Amino acid sequence: MSRERDIQVGYISRVEGQGSLEIRVSSGNIEELRFEIFEPPKFFEAFLVGRHCSEVHELTSRICGICPVPHQIAALRAVENAMGIDVSDQTRDLRRLMNYGNHIQSHILNLYFLAAPDYLGYESLLSMVKEHLTTVKRALKLKKLGNDLVELVGGRAIHPISAVINGFTKIPEKEDVELVRKRLLDAKQDARDTVEFFSSLEMPEFIRKCEHVALSSPEEFAINEGFLVSTEGIRAEEQRYRECFKETQVDYSWSKHSEIVGRGSFLVGPLARVNLNFERLSHDAKRLAKEAGFRVPNFNPFMAHMARALEIVNAIDNCIDIIDAVPLKEEDRSYEVRSGMGSAVTEAPRGILYHMYEFGEDGVVKKADIVTPTAQNAKNIENDLRELVPSIADLPDDEATLRCEMLVRAYDPCISCSVHYINLDKVGDR
Amino acid sequence: MANKLKLAVFKMTGCAGCQMEFLRLEEELPFVLENADIRYFVMAKRQNLEGPYDVSFVEGSISTPRELDELRELRSKSRILVAFGDCACHGCVPSILNWILPDVAANTAYEDFHAIHSKKESYRKICPLDEFVSVDVHLRGCPPHKNTILEVLRSATLGAKPFLRRHPVCVECKLKENICILTFEGRSCMGPVTSAGCGAICPTANRECEGCYGPMSDANASSLAEKFLEIGLARDDVTRKFRKYAGITPAFSQEAEKQ
Repeated sequence: MSRERDIQVGYISRVEGQGSLEIRVSSGNIEELRFEIFEPPKFFEAFLVGRHCSEVHELTSRICGICPVPHQIAALRAVENAMGIDVSDQTRDLRRLMNYGNHIQSHILNLYFLAAPDYLGYESLLSMVKEHLTTVKRALKLKKLGNDLVELVGGRAIHPISAVINGFTKIPEKEDVELVRKRLLDAKQDARDTVEFFSSLEMPEFIRKCEHVALSSPEEFAINEGFLVSTEGIRAEEQRYRECFKETQVDYSWSKHSEIVGRGSFLVGPLARVNLNFERLSHDAKRLAKEAGFRVPNFNPFMAHMARALEIVNAIDNCIDIIDAVPLKEEDRSYEVRSGMGSAVTEAPRGILYHMYEFGEDGVVKKADIVTPTAQNAKNIENDLRELVPSIADLPDDEATLRCEMLVRAYDPCISCSVHYINLDKVGDR
Repeated sequence: MANKLKLAVFKMTGCAGCQMEFLRLEEELPFVLENADIRYFVMAKRQNLEGPYDVSFVEGSISTPRELDELRELRSKSRILVAFGDCACHGCVPSILNWILPDVAANTAYEDFHAIHSKKESYRKICPLDEFVSVDVHLRGCPPHKNTILEVLRSATLGAKPFLRRHPVCVECKLKENICILTFEGRSCMGPVTSAGCGAICPTANRECEGCYGPMSDANASSLAEKFLEIGLARDDVTRKFRKYAGITPAFSQEAEKQ
């Protein structure tokens, strides 16, 4: 039993962005525990002021290169809500297709590139090529499929271009959609193999019950719109985000910390989504979950990987359904610019994402507010570590350090997102 | 292979999109691994090795003293330093911030900016890499297309200069046989002043080019700005057009700053 211990990871690898871990145990007590984000802030909410409503989604896409699509969709929907624009079913469907594509590529990146090497004893996926070629090939194939889906709908895989206010500048060609549909059908087996692969890995047994929050919709597995729901009974319209959650500043990190008003830290991401929307998963995803012995609600944060694998199956099934139903017709995208305030919540691969804007009559941004999933998870990651560290006191230092890193990777933090820079009431008055 | 390129991928103030584009070398990965030994890539590897490196890809702009120290050290350890993407080449969209007084941005950003600031490091403006060090290759784009990443790797393997286009997007647009949306539809396309490399994806998708590859060589920005005013854009619109991805470059800043 180690009663004195320092866990220090100066630059956490295999996560997006620049963060560090510092944990100091003295006489068996945790004296210091910090998940610190040292990536510099980029002040998006400050420079969005003065920009035109038509470019807000294009700019906020650049908050994150891993989850540009949910940023674009949250921004577009917030603008549309502010201006009273009601988009067509086709636009809704194409946006879902695009976000599912983003979820697939981001989940594959986390599962195979960032997380799997820890469980198999490698330093990276690249070093697994020789001994696990089939696994690596499966990862690359699925990742390419996710990227190609985004490119098909959005015109570019990273920072798509064709999604705009009230629709798409170009509707994908039927033949191209048909080709991707074939690849989706073919990828189902790879997705099933992914569930099997991750259920065969030995996940640390670590349960910490905390409040899980996700979007939910009666009609579908919610990724682009819905109600805010939680495992402790929150049920609120997305416009009420700021009433349910509050942010506080911590002096050691550029990322703010989030709490549920009157309660405490909470978890967002694939595990929260699957816990709260299990019945809305596709038939095959539910069946595979049952076969793998995955039961909800599940409060082991490491099991986010299983949730991700199940979500890939669900995403593929949903994409096929969308493709079969979407008419792919040219539509009128015209709209009237007007003043107003609007907000929207989407599901980024790593959890709920909130955008809010206020516009003047000329459609220029007067105020912007963005809360990213990683900023919401930051405090919960620390609270998990606080319980995890004493439970692994018997492990040697290097293994304990690795276990802490594995926990952080299970959250799939996106640090660039978390330091986009936070809300400020005064910017609008400047 | 004995002479594999020693490769490194670094991140400064950016969004990881360029690294994601690097990881989009999916079918091309065997070629990359055959020719390069990836020594440093924190987002993808746990064991990261110190230099020297043959090729260092640096994503992001420089916005803090820590990043500047790292960049200088990296320069001294790298044979070929690649400014990887728009942030590294021209500051990209965060550079819009350079026209907002730092104190306004910072003090309104966090409730108490200095509580964090004093423990960490001072924030400065968003700067491209070549403001501080010599850069061997500018890989433009937000993000740079993966084929241009391959071109850098290929040319480094051969010891040649990479062939990166700096003619306007219009050339690629014509090759796609698009009808010009600026001339025929009077839409404010940045293609005539923007570096090619993307494949003219925006005009091809019936959308104005927004200039995400930064200025082409010898761009005639003032002529395009005049054209924009002629087709009905307000001065503020023109400023927003030129102060987006590369507002700090001489070619674009002049037009953005006109009143």
